[in-house]
Amino acid sequence: MPTAQSSAPVLPPAGSRAPDMTFKLAAFSAALVILGLIVLVGYELYHGAGVAIAKFGPRFLVSSDWDPVSDQYGALPFIFGTLVSSLLALLIAVPLGVATALFLTELAPFRIRQPIMVVVEMLAAVPSVIFGLWGIFVLIPWLRDHLFVWLKHTLGFLPLFQGPIYGVSMLAGGIIVAIMILPIVTSISREILRSVPGLQREAAYALGATRWEVIRIAVLSYARRGLFGAAVLGLGRALGETMAVTMVIGNRPEISASLFAPGYTLASVIANEFTEATSDLYLNALFELGLVLFAVTILINVLAQVMLRSMGSGGVTKVN
Amino acid sequence: MSAPVALSSPFAPTAARERWRRIKSAGMTAVLCLCAVAVMAPLFLVIYFLLKEGASSLDWRFFTQLPKPTGELGGGMANAIVGTITLLAMAAAVGVPVGVLGGIYLAEYGSEGANAWIRFAADVLNGVPSIIWGMVVYLLLVVPFKTFSAYAGGVALGLMMIPLVMRTTEEVLVLVPQSYREAALALGIARWKVIVIIVVRTALKGVVTGILIALARVAGETAPLLFTALGNNFWNRNLAEPISALPLQIFAYAISPYDDWHRQAWAGALVLMAMILGLNLLVRLLSNWRNHQ
Repeated sequence: MPTAQSSAPVLPPAGSRAPDMTFKLAAFSAALVILGLIVLVGYELYHGAGVAIAKFGPRFLVSSDWDPVSDQYGALPFIFGTLVSSLLALLIAVPLGVATALFLTELAPFRIRQPIMVVVEMLAAVPSVIFGLWGIFVLIPWLRDHLFVWLKHTLGFLPLFQGPIYGVSMLAGGIIVAIMILPIVTSISREILRSVPGLQREAAYALGATRWEVIRIAVLSYARRGLFGAAVLGLGRALGETMAVTMVIGNRPEISASLFAPGYTLASVIANEFTEATSDLYLNALFELGLVLFAVTILINVLAQVMLRSMGSGGVTKVN
Repeated sequence: MSAPVALSSPFAPTAARERWRRIKSAGMTAVLCLCAVAVMAPLFLVIYFLLKEGASSLDWRFFTQLPKPTGELGGGMANAIVGTITLLAMAAAVGVPVGVLGGIYLAEYGSEGANAWIRFAADVLNGVPSIIWGMVVYLLLVVPFKTFSAYAGGVALGLMMIPLVMRTTEEVLVLVPQSYREAALALGIARWKVIVIIVVRTALKGVVTGILIALARVAGETAPLLFTALGNNFWNRNLAEPISALPLQIFAYAISPYDDWHRQAWAGALVLMAMILGLNLLVRLLSNWRNHQ
């Protein structure tokens, strides 16, 4: 990036050096805050989880006991719930998001592209708690009375769709998270697809390919890596979704094969039980869950950024 | 006209295959259109239900009264509305100076290599779940002072704003033509004054847009407030005490067993959504205005 420093033709008068240095130092420290914050968050969480880490050790991650009454804590049900709900969300959101991005870059008339993007950005602006409210009173009753009944009827031979239907469930959590990560998956995929050179498409059209063949051969295969990056970024967001999931997933620390059964995620157990944690160890265990969540999301986000940057799109600065 | 094509080519023109390819293409086109509709549907469904359930519950009491104790009908969320605005002001006080200064550093100073790292860290930080910020600020500000407070809530939201504001500020500052800086420096103006008076001033609307986007993003956050601001059924008279916020109140009412509270949760959600869409609209107006100049 060009800076003015290299091209400054005249040194400023000596008197003005001090304020200049102060300003530069202030700006530098502000930029350093970013790096400092990552370290600070990791340190604080580790510190907050100290007692639990010392008491349970690595067993914490594989134990499925979560019993505050007898002060036994294990993270497995929450790790399971977080992974399953996020993967469900990805299964729904990635195909839909990429398809919408394709529609926006390849098919839609120019006049409606911008309005559709505005709708997608507005979807990103809806607060988690409002999706949760809508989930409790609109989505869950509909799922319970229609979709889940239908799924059980047609796919009931699979263990995934067996057992009693409560409404609040792992699947409901996955669907809500899918809606919430759709905007980011769609907008990043659109950025990626827009970076596919027009020549790629023209070459395929010139060979007589149909519209779908152009998309599949020239566009999708070219953008594959970037789209994978978009999916990983979506996964990062899905893992940390808190409020809406807490409101629809049922909040029961159980590991069940059925998607109709209630689940619990790392973020929701923290949201639900943090202010009720009565013992020191309980609070420390919740901090350790936070530490696990932080470590996983940092890893996933680093991976996503590396993948997106290697696409040459210069990083992703979307705010949603 | 048509060049000879090997029969193994995917585009080999036999009549049946040709028809199948066209059908497939048309079919996939339709599927893509349907997907786009499916992606947009949730927004309209959410707004429809917010209007349907929320508008009927909105009245003047909602904006002027405190929440009523359990079991009593009526009451409002006046304190939560004021609380959200207070928290946003505090968040801006934390997030804007640091974010804008950091953005200035990235755009105006800094080496290529160091900047890449800071940018990378900012993008990664953007992906940290919001509830993590709540836990960290709980340790930093709630435990030492032994009380949940408006300050803690404001700081939690402010920290979330920093990477957002930093990235958008940098993006608009690098758009300011290099010649502006050179002209000002050639006049012997100190570097920091050039940056503040010429560069930031020129890109001011963009910087403000970035700040508004960040505010709109944190305005709806609930998770970082759960164990910092905590919530409060009364007016907050002292920022060192717990404060209410619309998202907190919506959450508390939504998971309660009372119909009257559900009704109010919808009304609160409608007001919160209107605030956030209002901020977004403002951003759009500002950036259109910027582009038309």
